[in-house]
Amino acid sequence: MTLTAGAFYLFAFVAVAAGFLVISARNPVHSVLWLILTFFSAAGLFVLMGAEFLAMLLVIVYVGAVAVLFLFVVMMLDINFAQFRKGALQYIPIGGLVGLILLAELVTLVMAWQFGDKVADNVTAPIPAAEQVENVKAMGAILYTDYLFIFQTAGLILLVAMIGAIVLTHRQRAGVKRQNISKQVARKPKDAYEMVEVKSGEGIGSASKKG
Amino acid sequence: MQSLLMQYLPILIFLGIAIGLSVVFVAAAWLIARQNPDSEKLSAYECGFEAFEDARHQFDVRFYLVAILFIIFDLEVAFLFPWAVTLGKIGVFGFWSMMAFLGVLTIGFIYEWKKGALEWE
Amino acid sequence: MVEAIYSLFGVESPLLYLTAIVLSILAIVLPLLISVAFAVYFDRKIWAAVQMRRGPNVVGPFGLLQSFADGLKLFVKETVVPAGANKFIFLMAPMITFTLALIAWAVIPFDAGMMISDLNVGILYILAISSLGVYGIIMSGWASNSRYAFLGGLRSAAQMVSYEVSIGFVLVCVLMAVGSLNLSDVVNAQSGGFWNWYFIPFFPIFIIFFISALAETNRPPFDLPEAEAELVAGYQVEYSSMAFALFFLGEYANILLMSAVMAVLFFGGWEAPIPALDFIPGIFWMLAKIAFGFWMFAMVKAFVPRYRYDQLMRLGWKVFLPLSLFFVVFYAGIMVAFDLLPSQG
Repeated sequence: MTLTAGAFYLFAFVAVAAGFLVISARNPVHSVLWLILTFFSAAGLFVLMGAEFLAMLLVIVYVGAVAVLFLFVVMMLDINFAQFRKGALQYIPIGGLVGLILLAELVTLVMAWQFGDKVADNVTAPIPAAEQVENVKAMGAILYTDYLFIFQTAGLILLVAMIGAIVLTHRQRAGVKRQNISKQVARKPKDAYEMVEVKSGEGIGSASKKG
Repeated sequence: MQSLLMQYLPILIFLGIAIGLSVVFVAAAWLIARQNPDSEKLSAYECGFEAFEDARHQFDVRFYLVAILFIIFDLEVAFLFPWAVTLGKIGVFGFWSMMAFLGVLTIGFIYEWKKGALEWE
Repeated sequence: MVEAIYSLFGVESPLLYLTAIVLSILAIVLPLLISVAFAVYFDRKIWAAVQMRRGPNVVGPFGLLQSFADGLKLFVKETVVPAGANKFIFLMAPMITFTLALIAWAVIPFDAGMMISDLNVGILYILAISSLGVYGIIMSGWASNSRYAFLGGLRSAAQMVSYEVSIGFVLVCVLMAVGSLNLSDVVNAQSGGFWNWYFIPFFPIFIIFFISALAETNRPPFDLPEAEAELVAGYQVEYSSMAFALFFLGEYANILLMSAVMAVLFFGGWEAPIPALDFIPGIFWMLAKIAFGFWMFAMVKAFVPRYRYDQLMRLGWKVFLPLSLFFVVFYAGIMVAFDLLPSQG
């Protein structure tokens, strides 16, 4: 349908253009905003393919969490952008080499998928068509049972990320007074105060305890 | 497939209408009210003084840590969604595989708690 | 709803289909904006009533036109863009907040079939829009070129982000009982009378959801980032005129959205409390439940003191996250053990 084709070209064009603007924007905050636009276009492309769960997930995790992290960092660091860009030209040969390797890998992958003869047999649990089973249910039916090991590996990767983030960034600040809420809440009235009988004209030092 | 995409078309149009509406609101107010820029009005709100330094804060690592922890737990929730929807189909085996996953992440959470990463913010 | 309006035309044409879409969108947006205006009014009235005073009662009968007068006032004020502010982002941030608050309403069902789009991943869509809500705040705080605004924006964003995790876990709990991400399926699973509504078996996580929704929408007692005494409206401090009005409208539209989501998830959406009352159209019940949710939001604002920021973050990470995670495991365990899961694949 032409509407689908038009939507595809729109999203694809915006994704590529925004991706280019990420690296060419002057202000780092603008770069992150263009990156967010790239993520949205990618989500739109996923919807066009019928992978609506993945599209929503892209928005929730990438735009809603990862790009927020980028924004936090970029907004708080005072990057002297002009000086940063001066040294950018010397990295072009290495960057070009990495890009070429990536291109070679992608081409190899596509050729193996298209022309390899055993590929179709290797797909152990094909997902039924989108009309029969809804996308989320189709994924859920196989992810936690057939692909158990990959799933647990993902959990372990998240664990490593958690520990890594804390090891790298957490600084104990000495001398900071902190509250212990449970101790505060558990305090009993009789520990909180004491009643003292004070004679008039005399200070509290000579007072006798009462109650 | 076509019906799936047709469900998203109203959302796209809704997005367009909502953006148009907000642009109309701001543009109309801009055009109708009298613009009278004045250096006092344009200066930042700082209790009567000029701002001492640049508004960019010194880098506070606590916000960064909160954001990273949010990513991890957001991904955990993302894995939980298909599991919750298909729990009837995958039965006890699927239940325990998710419990193992949650257990691994709970270990990480306890580590964070003990290390004090969840403290003072 | 789009199909219903389209069939009214009688003629097959893609242009008329688009018109049907636009009409159904306007049928939701216009009443929503008017409801937001009255929500502001009722918020002030309820707050006043709890404090034993009158609230707005001058403009119009019983003060009903107060919000419209306020809106008109804001409209004719000058839009001040502070010196040194990033003009484009400064003006875009409130537009983002307002737009997101509006488009989240696309999947809320007011009656059987009465929604703009019956997405199969409706609940994920709402979660996605809530996650995006952080951006309006961060960008307005940063673009204002003011220390207070920037700090308020960062704190507000960190607060919203912390409570989104517990909202996610609560949604997962409810989903297990329904077996589908579609909001109409969530409502249909609670049909038959108020004893089937989810707030009874899921009462603890309903409480968690309500409190997390308070924190998500920056409502008291979690409104420290925009409290007057501390940061003087926080990330909104440099805003005036319609840009400020957009923030305000967006905030109250978000509150109504959270009430609507609460109504759908826990109070049976458009279902009547007793099957005997079925003849009253579902949209009336849905609006009544949204009003009830909003009433709870307004009451909490009136009688609970404000949380300090570190107490707020402690509550989000150290109390709600482990608690909601525990309830996911608990409810999943019960449902798997006693075979209470919905049978459709």
